[in-house]
Amino acid sequence: MMEAVACPVGEATILRMEGITKVFPGVKALENVDLSVRCGTIHAICGENGAGKSTLIKVLSGIYAHGTYDGKIILDGQEKMFASTHDAEKAGIVCIHQELALVPEMSVAENIFLGNQPNRAGLINFDQMIRQAGDLLEKVGINSQGASSGVNPNTKIINLGVGKQQLVEIAKALAKDARLLILDEPTSALTENEVDVLMDILDNLRKKNITCIYISHKLDEVMRIADDVTILRDGQTIGSRRISDISKADIVRMMVGRELTNFFPREPHSVGEVAFEVKNYTIHNPWVSGKKLVNDVSFKIHRGEIVGISGLMGSGRTELFSSIYGAFEARSEGEVYLNGKKLSIKSPDDAIKHGIYYLTEDRKRFGLVLGMSILENTTLSSLSKVSKLGLLDINKERTATQKYINFLRTKTPSPLVKVKNLSGGNQQKVAIGKALMTEPKVLILDEPTRGIDVGAKYEIYKIMNQLVEQGVVVIMISSDLEEVLGMSDRVLVFGIGELRGSLDISEADQEMIMNVATGVKKL
Amino acid sequence: MTGMDTEKGKSKGVTFNFRQYAMILALIILFILFTSLTKGSFIQTRNLSNLARQMAITGVLATGMAMVIISGNIDLSVGTLLGFIGGIGAAGMVWWGWDMYTTILIQLALGLVVGLIQGSIIAYLRMPAFITTLGAQLIFRGATLGVIKGTTVAPLHKGYVFLGQAYVTELMGWILAAIAIGFLFYSMFSKRKSNMKYKFEVNSLSFDLMRSSMFAALIIGFVWIMNDYRGVPVPVILMLALTIIFTFVAERLTFGRSVYAIGGNREAAKYAGINVEWITIIVFMLSGLMSAVAGIIMSARLNAGAPQAGLQMETDAIAAAVIGGISMTGGIGRVSGALIGAVVMATLDNGMSMMNIQAFWQFIVKGAVLIAAVWFDISSKNKQK
Repeated sequence: MMEAVACPVGEATILRMEGITKVFPGVKALENVDLSVRCGTIHAICGENGAGKSTLIKVLSGIYAHGTYDGKIILDGQEKMFASTHDAEKAGIVCIHQELALVPEMSVAENIFLGNQPNRAGLINFDQMIRQAGDLLEKVGINSQGASSGVNPNTKIINLGVGKQQLVEIAKALAKDARLLILDEPTSALTENEVDVLMDILDNLRKKNITCIYISHKLDEVMRIADDVTILRDGQTIGSRRISDISKADIVRMMVGRELTNFFPREPHSVGEVAFEVKNYTIHNPWVSGKKLVNDVSFKIHRGEIVGISGLMGSGRTELFSSIYGAFEARSEGEVYLNGKKLSIKSPDDAIKHGIYYLTEDRKRFGLVLGMSILENTTLSSLSKVSKLGLLDINKERTATQKYINFLRTKTPSPLVKVKNLSGGNQQKVAIGKALMTEPKVLILDEPTRGIDVGAKYEIYKIMNQLVEQGVVVIMISSDLEEVLGMSDRVLVFGIGELRGSLDISEADQEMIMNVATGVKKL
Repeated sequence: MTGMDTEKGKSKGVTFNFRQYAMILALIILFILFTSLTKGSFIQTRNLSNLARQMAITGVLATGMAMVIISGNIDLSVGTLLGFIGGIGAAGMVWWGWDMYTTILIQLALGLVVGLIQGSIIAYLRMPAFITTLGAQLIFRGATLGVIKGTTVAPLHKGYVFLGQAYVTELMGWILAAIAIGFLFYSMFSKRKSNMKYKFEVNSLSFDLMRSSMFAALIIGFVWIMNDYRGVPVPVILMLALTIIFTFVAERLTFGRSVYAIGGNREAAKYAGINVEWITIIVFMLSGLMSAVAGIIMSARLNAGAPQAGLQMETDAIAAAVIGGISMTGGIGRVSGALIGAVVMATLDNGMSMMNIQAFWQFIVKGAVLIAAVWFDISSKNKQK
């Protein structure tokens, strides 16, 4: 089962995607995208956030079933019509997503063979399963018999670090006889050492003739490991090249495709006194006792500056700010000051009263009540402003909502339209409207432009400028480095659980930020 | 899609109304069916009055249940809590010498306290409402049997019995109708005035007048039918008043808006600064209060505290709420819809009894109706996706 089926190495094509077009309400995510992957190679796909990388992968791995997109998937010369991920996996295409899909309370072996257990008549053969799991761990270089850093197949996933979990995911893919492995941003949460281990394993897999599609915005890794690269921009294929024929700068130019200055409406701000300060903030890990998600973080933010928060996935940025906001349920210590006054915040309710608003990165889970109207969502955080003694003034609500619809240029025929019927960009504007209606003194935007199109992004940046102009403290958390560099006056760089440094925009670039985040460079 | 075109917004409104009309249509069909099957005795004013009295208890429970379900929870304890509170009242008045007002105060307070405890367990200890209230259901069942020692405790005070059995005079019925109709037109005109002040679109005057007149005709027709027998039953007045109050609470108060938000997306409500725990507790307190009112009406109607009182009433209340368009997923539906659901459930009960259908069939039919109503709710939501 573990022998990868051979395919003619080198020039032969294992996979062709032709003319893939995928439309979501309001957004054309992919438009006539072509992709051709040579057998036994590592093929990188590069593009900015929202370029369509993830959508393309979802089409390929069967998450978007055949029929929900236009175009053809041709594997080994045969057209494939996957109705589900299960179909794709049967054909040997296995995808490892950015958010790992492991069951934390189950053992490594159980996870590797989840839904795929060696069995006779439904009875699981545990001994065989553990032995095979051991073999697979060997393949990804973490068998416990070998190195001291090995993993026992009986260990629970919850006790492994993210890097090891990633490798377990690869072992799981190999258990499914993967011939074409798709890795979506596999290194975003890994440390430098773990990245090295991963690179070695991918190289080994390549030698065993397993083809790999590697999605990453980290160009150094792409240059280091990939054979070929395809660049996407705004849902279109910009081009495919051999890595040997292209430079990093070329890739960046193809990815961005325009001058960055046109992309970000940067305005000069006059920086004033310290407005918002966090001192010695620590968050304890609610799942693993004795560990800390965020360790002793302190920083100051001045009036009139946009501060970008950058860092690796899993760095604890989101946890830090949602904890400051009173929404993250874990024990925390530390002090928060606004205009020199110490605040005590136990719930989002307290935070809003003090003038702090945190706009979540996960619009659908935490940001909006999708089944409610624009009006009901907009006023949800400011109900006391549109009511008297608990009695709502619906006309006042409408007037207020219309004000934010006009200001944010939300596209809707009426404030009474349900939010679930709006496009992603317009939904985000509703969420921003809700935040603005509370008239915050500190606005924390977590991934404010994730998953929305270029035009809406630009408008959101302009709103940020306006707010700073009005004296609002704007903090922007973002994993999009272009955006951080394009909009911030200062960048706070987070490593895993700690603040690694503060960079003035004049000294910051992508490489610098990554180096500081990964601890290569100390400030 | 590029925003939402107006065309689509309109069609959404129509489908929503369609669902309400479908419910009323189904009710009319049920009425015709039972009338023909009982050779007309179903539609006699005597039976309709009876039907109204029967639905009062389900209706009161359903308004409380509506709030609970809208908040994304469930309360399985309302039936046995109703029986317990009725039993306490009966035991208090018959054995322990409580007067009527003390009894009612204690009963209402008990409902609130029970809601406070259940709500706190659900909100702060993060217990699933399903399990908490299922356990409570058994606890109250046991407590009822313990308090009234498994017997029927009777008779109760005259004034107390009035709440469950009495009818208001013909004149009083018309006076109440006049007040209701007056209020109907007053609120219509004040809403128009306010809309015009803010320059929002206003329905044409004739449309508004027609709609209000239709409701007025319904009120007059109802009072006329009730007066033809013995007058409007007191418990029915209580039920209507509570439904109106709860609808108002749900749709016009910040509290109600918070309930909808929590049911629609608990996490988003929390991030928006709503005190989710406290709102959940109040919702369960209101449900407990409604159980208390229903318990008072039930024991007053029976003129006794009975060990079987209220059993399985939670099923009727849940079915009424769901039939009335309140979604089990939370955040969707109107409290007033639960009233129509209660009419449907009471009609099924009453009609089948009139036809002398055996009790076992009645259970089977009501169970099937509950499942069908939830299926309808879920499938109509899947279609929307």
